[in-house]
Amino acid sequence: MARRAGAPEVSAGSMADIAFLLLIFFLVTTTIETDAGLDRMLPPIEPPETDVVIKQKNIFQVNLNKDGQLLADGELIQLNQLREKAIAFLDNGGAASGSPEYCSYCKGKRDGSSSDSPAKAIISVKSDRETKYGTYITVQNELVGAYNDLRNREAQRLYKRDFTDMEAQYLNPETDASIKEDLKKRVKRIQELFPQKLSEAETSSSN
Amino acid sequence: MSKFAKKKDGEVPAVSTASLPDIVFMLLFFFMTVTVMKDSSVKVANELPQANEIKKLEKKDRVITIYVGAPTKEYTKTFGTEPKIQLNDKFANPNEVGDYILMERAKKSQDLQNVLTTSLKVDKEANMGLISDIKLELRKVNALKVNYTTYEGDAFKN
Repeated sequence: MARRAGAPEVSAGSMADIAFLLLIFFLVTTTIETDAGLDRMLPPIEPPETDVVIKQKNIFQVNLNKDGQLLADGELIQLNQLREKAIAFLDNGGAASGSPEYCSYCKGKRDGSSSDSPAKAIISVKSDRETKYGTYITVQNELVGAYNDLRNREAQRLYKRDFTDMEAQYLNPETDASIKEDLKKRVKRIQELFPQKLSEAETSSSN
Repeated sequence: MSKFAKKKDGEVPAVSTASLPDIVFMLLFFFMTVTVMKDSSVKVANELPQANEIKKLEKKDRVITIYVGAPTKEYTKTFGTEPKIQLNDKFANPNEVGDYILMERAKKSQDLQNVLTTSLKVDKEANMGLISDIKLELRKVNALKVNYTTYEGDAFKN
């Protein structure tokens, strides 16, 4: 009986090919999911202790009906006109020069019958129960876009950089703490120039 | 006879495969750390709307997700075709959202409980009535930070 000289060696040269195959498979299939979306703060349920009276002219009323039609400040408009309208309203700066609310950086028409200053301007969105969610998101997106456009403009003027870009870097966890500190001040400053006031609750109003 | 015998011609030297297990393990560990396990399967149609002014939702451990949409085919018999809320693995009514948020919040560690975001993954065909019910419930339990999760894209295509 012939003695076997151990088990014959298995050629493992192709193992690398298999490993690469796996690597490519996983590279293609895995999506390292980072969810993204529109951030929004809901109003607290307890009503504020003092009833805040807001002037009618400082509210930009957006109504969405069940067919996806849009009524902005009493005017029937198309979805793609909304951003322009919202910018015109926010950037109006109607307060007289010399009054404490005077907005020195606004470039709007300074129309006395529209908003006083960006800090006062409120955009209120109302929708029907039957409104499609997709349409609602489009409206929200356009309104956020209007704020971002204005903030970008100011950020370009003050820091020669887009606001959205600075904010993204600020929120990125990989950014250095020292850079973050610096960015925080800038982001805060711009946010104060154009505070995002998007109301989804009933807003009481008076003239 | 010399110690260093001449090799026969035509014999291919074997490739050393000793490091292959290392490579495979490296890959395994990489994918183990990177992959996020889904803790619930989505039972509703979930075609998110598109938007372009979006912010990323960092840190998965600070997010509570609520799905809304019409039940998928296998569930239409029992649950109908109207959009429904899905919490974890089951369908729920709007009045259960508050309890769910409180429960999920209690599971998180103390220092995270105040910085939680509720991610609303809503099908674009759903209607706003259901969403406003959810928002009311969220306000009741003081979960005010919401994120309307969307795909990145042209918002006018919705």
